[in-house]
Amino acid sequence: MAKNSAKDIEVEAFATHQIITQPNPLRKVLRRVEEKDMDDPVGRAEQALASLSGEFKDWMTIEVQRLSAAWTAVEKDGFTKILRDELFHAAHDIKGDAATFGFPSAAGIAESLCRVIEHAPDLEKVPAELFTHHINAILAIVHENTRLDRISVSAELSRRLRKIADDYLAHVNRDRPEHLEVILAPSIAPVE
Amino acid sequence: MFRIDFNKLRFLVCDDNPHMRRILRTLLHSFGAREVYEAEDGATALEMYSHYVPDIVITDWAMPIFDGLELAQMIRQPESKGNPYAPIIMLTGHSEKRRVTVARDAGVTEFLAKPISAKGLYQRILNVVANPRPFIKTKTYFGPDRRRNTNSAYMGPERRVGEKHEVLQQPSLIDKARSSI
Repeated sequence: MAKNSAKDIEVEAFATHQIITQPNPLRKVLRRVEEKDMDDPVGRAEQALASLSGEFKDWMTIEVQRLSAAWTAVEKDGFTKILRDELFHAAHDIKGDAATFGFPSAAGIAESLCRVIEHAPDLEKVPAELFTHHINAILAIVHENTRLDRISVSAELSRRLRKIADDYLAHVNRDRPEHLEVILAPSIAPVE
Repeated sequence: MFRIDFNKLRFLVCDDNPHMRRILRTLLHSFGAREVYEAEDGATALEMYSHYVPDIVITDWAMPIFDGLELAQMIRQPESKGNPYAPIIMLTGHSEKRRVTVARDAGVTEFLAKPISAKGLYQRILNVVANPRPFIKTKTYFGPDRRRNTNSAYMGPERRVGEKHEVLQQPSLIDKARSSI
């Protein structure tokens, strides 16, 4: 269903480009219905997601164990490319998943950690405490706190760590305007 | 109003994180999809793309072997034997504006920043099903039309040469990424 045959595809050629149009190959899956006949696929999906929530704590525990192991490896062997990438990906996954799993503050701290890894000009010169404070905070939030922690101490911890990390990044990138621009740009992530 | 018959759609989900794949599978099945294929890296996804010919690809950005950006670039090969036109929804923890631009330039159709929500995902799928954009081929780009604004008076260096006014009334990718909730 996904692909139209070549004869359906129209190509308009211009000096610098071509515009290619084709009949919508997915049109057959669209059905016009009365409002009263609309079901609620989003509501259904939200319910299904809620039914998974009993597993979220375990999933988060696995994610933070990975982060912790990645940092332990960096402490042992330094920021090799492989270890740097593993630490970044572990933090990046928590940044993306933790809010869904009910740990929005952990997501914020993981984002701050990702920014340090991505924008510090020399990771070996970053004070180790900046990493350990971020990682320990995520571990503590997941191990000690309950989910839905947005109004708790962990939210304040997240804000302060982000401030410290941002101040550090602004300082070490003061002569790198292209990094400063990215660091200071607002996030496009959906707001909770 | 329109309803999507999800049971007629074939999805390919590509994410190296098993938890996120489980969430995506749960959401898509709840929408009504039956055919959801999963890959945990870009290379496997490309193989599955050729084999299963999905209608819609949902991919993470950061993945092993090759990432979601490279996957999009490999799918968007105009001379390939496969289907280079399939909608690609990039679902990623990257949340910087420059990333949206890079994804757009790789041929990504829609961008969805994590954390994922049922509503955000549904809206992206509805958009690629109901409002497909024409494809543009230049020397350096092949993919869905990147211009969603209606500024036909634009005279900057990136203006296309030799065409009539173009009217594509859709919100920009960055605005949509911001308003996913």
